[in-house]
Amino acid sequence: MAESLFGATLAGLGRIASEAGLPAYGAKQLSDWLYGKNATSFKDMLNLPRRAREWLAERYTIDTPGPIKATESQDGTRKYLFPAAGGGFVEAAWIPEGRRATLCLSVQVGCKMGCLFCMTGKQGFQGHLSAGEILNQYRSLPERDSVTNIVYMGMGEPMDNLANVLESLEVLCAPHGYGLSPSRVTVSTIGLIPAMREFLEATRCHLAVSMHSPFAEERRRLMPVENVYPLKDVLSVLRENPLGRQRRVSFEYIMFDGLNDSDRHAREIARILEGIRCRVNLIPFHPIPGTPLSPSPRERMEHFEQELKRRSILTTIRQSRGLDISAACGMLSTRELVRLRGEPD
Amino acid sequence: MVSTRSAEGLRLRKAEVKSNDQIAPGIFRLTFPRDRDFIPGQTLALTTDPAISPRYYSIASGANDALFEILYDLVPEGQLTPRLARLGAGDALLVSEELGAFRDADGASVWIASGTGIAPFASMARSGMVSQKTLVHGSRTLAGLYLRGYFSSVLDGRYMPCCSSETAQGVFPGRTTAWLASGDLPAAERYLLCGSSRMVVDARDVLISRGVPFSRVVAEIYF
Repeated sequence: MAESLFGATLAGLGRIASEAGLPAYGAKQLSDWLYGKNATSFKDMLNLPRRAREWLAERYTIDTPGPIKATESQDGTRKYLFPAAGGGFVEAAWIPEGRRATLCLSVQVGCKMGCLFCMTGKQGFQGHLSAGEILNQYRSLPERDSVTNIVYMGMGEPMDNLANVLESLEVLCAPHGYGLSPSRVTVSTIGLIPAMREFLEATRCHLAVSMHSPFAEERRRLMPVENVYPLKDVLSVLRENPLGRQRRVSFEYIMFDGLNDSDRHAREIARILEGIRCRVNLIPFHPIPGTPLSPSPRERMEHFEQELKRRSILTTIRQSRGLDISAACGMLSTRELVRLRGEPD
Repeated sequence: MVSTRSAEGLRLRKAEVKSNDQIAPGIFRLTFPRDRDFIPGQTLALTTDPAISPRYYSIASGANDALFEILYDLVPEGQLTPRLARLGAGDALLVSEELGAFRDADGASVWIASGTGIAPFASMARSGMVSQKTLVHGSRTLAGLYLRGYFSSVLDGRYMPCCSSETAQGVFPGRTTAWLASGDLPAAERYLLCGSSRMVVDARDVLISRGVPFSRVVAEIYF
């Protein structure tokens, strides 16, 4: 099967341009067609010699499939299901909010990390998305032109697919790619430290770390990764590598009723984050089937927010979006998998 | 000791391979001298070259054994394991310091493993932690039930091998999760799970659906 050229970085395109007999600037020409003009066929690339176009068409494709399913929430959030190699599906969510519109995209089909509260993990791990498959969730989004911010917070762990994530970020943020400012892009992680270090060095994008509990014993029951990369080590890395003023680190904190929403938790969060310029995002839990966890009541979340703010931690409560369209990440794709396999939902 | 760093910043030291044997189709047992202390349940990151991303493997040997022992699955299309599989006695290997906090304590526990996820429990048992421990080990093949004779002996009736594609006397015919769902769950203070994310997530769901509080379940996932 021919390889898709969509998603290739300038360096990759340079190698291919050279093989195709194009001059040195051929890589930028290809990049302009792929990401500037959204070409879908080599035939369209009329400023390339015909022989080079034919050579490319014999060896490569430009694979940019549109979403196979879309659902829209009453609040305007839209979820899209994209096909992935190997027969799986990934989700992308377009979340409009006033003058902003955020695209939440996926990096893997399924996930290996096994977090207790996550629906995607229940699919198991089916594969990494290529840089092209990650970028295509932006390229083929019907609302692409309205997108102001991109968050890598959909299915999968970005640091577990770092090479493809970095390539996709390069194309997203480079002038010869889509030209987005890195300050508009946030990549999340549960804290895979070696890859997180590499990410911090290689990009200028924001980082979001999934915390969910400041206590190691509690966190390891929610997130097996705590056994390998404890939160305290993640925080040490962030202290050793300050992100500077243009970059932001945020801590994501899903709030579970009676589990991680006490004043004791707020005090401990403030203690362990001392010295790190950051913000904490409190996230309402969207229950998933069979979960032993339940969401914290709104008033508890507001009290928790005040407790953190009182300790000088910049804190926001994220709004629940798309509750009526299987908002929890992984729900839509899992339902599609179940439907295709003919299993009871 | 001379050390180097992987591309991701992991500090790695050289070790000399003592043995590297295929113990079942696609499953290898690698040993090299133990030059550091560790706590049973911890992992080491291994690679053959600093340019190749190290991968994490649970230590399978006991805390006082002379050699570190690692179990790994050969992934033919992988970057690292085909190289690991070519190593022989005397070859050099790059090894990280011991990492991780997947630990057990005294008292009743149920250990649930799939495939090479048996490693941390082998390390715990070989370090003397066998009292009140129950082991459920799943494998696709009988050959993959590593240390079956050993665990049958030291756990004395508290060892349940499960095999999904072959049958044998004393081996449950099916997946680990099927065994967990089928009968009375052993009473335990803790349930420790180790193996593929698929098995861990499925087994944890079965335990929770059968009334085990999630706070008693600790998982180690291979990624």
